[in-house]
Amino acid sequence: MDHHFTFTHELNKLNKKLLHLSSIVEEKIRVSTALIASYDSKLTQAIINSDYEVDDLEVEIEEDCLKILALHQPVARDLRFIIAVIKINNEMERIADMAVNIAMRVDNIAKFNRSDVDLYDFSPMSKKVIGMLKKSIDSLINRDSALAKTVFLDDDFVDDFRNQCYEDIKLRIKGDPEHPGYHINTYLLARHLERIGDRAVNIAEEVVYLVEGTITRFN
Amino acid sequence: MELTANHASNAFPTMLSEEMLEEAEQSKTLATARKTVGTPFVDTPRMTCRDIQVFYGDKQAINKMSIDVASNEVLAMIGPSGCGKSTFLRCLNRMNDTVLSCRVTGEVKLDGTDIYHPSVDVVPLRARVGMVFQKPNPFPKSIYDNIAYGPKIHGLTKNKDELDEIIETSLIRAGLWDEVKDRLQDPGTGLSGGQQQRLCIARTIAVSPEVILMDEPCSALDPIATARVEELIAELRTQFSIVIVTHSMQQAARVSQRTAYFHLGDLIEVGATEKVFTNPLHQLTEDYITGRFG
Repeated sequence: MDHHFTFTHELNKLNKKLLHLSSIVEEKIRVSTALIASYDSKLTQAIINSDYEVDDLEVEIEEDCLKILALHQPVARDLRFIIAVIKINNEMERIADMAVNIAMRVDNIAKFNRSDVDLYDFSPMSKKVIGMLKKSIDSLINRDSALAKTVFLDDDFVDDFRNQCYEDIKLRIKGDPEHPGYHINTYLLARHLERIGDRAVNIAEEVVYLVEGTITRFN
Repeated sequence: MELTANHASNAFPTMLSEEMLEEAEQSKTLATARKTVGTPFVDTPRMTCRDIQVFYGDKQAINKMSIDVASNEVLAMIGPSGCGKSTFLRCLNRMNDTVLSCRVTGEVKLDGTDIYHPSVDVVPLRARVGMVFQKPNPFPKSIYDNIAYGPKIHGLTKNKDELDEIIETSLIRAGLWDEVKDRLQDPGTGLSGGQQQRLCIARTIAVSPEVILMDEPCSALDPIATARVEELIAELRTQFSIVIVTHSMQQAARVSQRTAYFHLGDLIEVGATEKVFTNPLHQLTEDYITGRFG
């Protein structure tokens, strides 16, 4: 019984840690996407310099998973939970890297000091990506595979937006060939946001596996 | 009753064992059989069991179970103590005949023949459906004679050379030959626990069975001896069907191709082992294998 109590306790602890990581990552994405529209050098540096928090927590969660696998040999839903945590943990760490990348792009763009050019409006894309991430995290918290599957539907919008951004930036470069670096950094924001959407989809796929036991891939 | 190679000392319970009593006690609540989910039946069965019910006196221990044992498969039976898995295992070679108050109904067929038909002799039946028990139980004889006993009484050999060959082959297949080839006349009881269990397996396969029943064969062994027996089970599967009762979920996962989950006299779920241990169909199976009860 002690063994079982410990096992349940370890699973609960792991669940809490993953949700803690998720909330940190979600907040980082909110802050970094807000920086696109309203640059703040202090906040930008804070995002770039605080990446170690997520990295450390990711390692800690992975170690916990390995320990549980070695000591308790979980099966069925417990096994699926550990596998899902290992994969979602990795996705979260990469999403946090995207927050850093966005901050670095925003910083680069700011250094061009282009008050003569309208900022590209990423707000619809940011809003959609944050929504996807939030839904994937909520589906994880509530073990809700139906909610997880709605994340798949949003991915097309994000991909289309990225493609449209590509076309728009091509035109902007043609019209402003003196500053390709500025425009390329702008386009890379679309790439980073799109990658966050992809990783939210990956998390949703893991939630479907966790809840239903079937491996799902959304293409 | 004559002692056969597959009838070791603890194969003759004359009284109800503790586990049987526990099963009988729990069976008071049996009413209608739960429907088995999963894949209890296979395309090419070696044994078929249909609507098996077992009673100890007026207490019902097993409630209308139906399942097939396929050729060349290891079928693991798991479940909490008193769920009926050992009782069911003993139905497969009529070992329950030796319990006075035990009554079995339903149909068990081996290669299409009803093993409970009055014309069936249990002695050759138990050579075809051999059994390995929880505690290694070598006869108080030499290593050689432990293996030789079965082939001799079943008349499987014409001369000593043939007998020697069976003994060597059986010990090789049981992975014991290299360890005992220079001391075949030493008593079997002088071997280590793991070696004794492999000797018992060699004794079982010496009479060329079709099915081997194993009732917690590794529960008295250390991890090294357990690993050797599990390797042996994997090897033996290429020629025999094996039905193993185990309390170790990890062992069931490691050695079997299908797993059957028993609960309070009902067969709850049967399925491919990897499926049962990653995504079981029935909540009771899930709760048991994840340690929520049992």
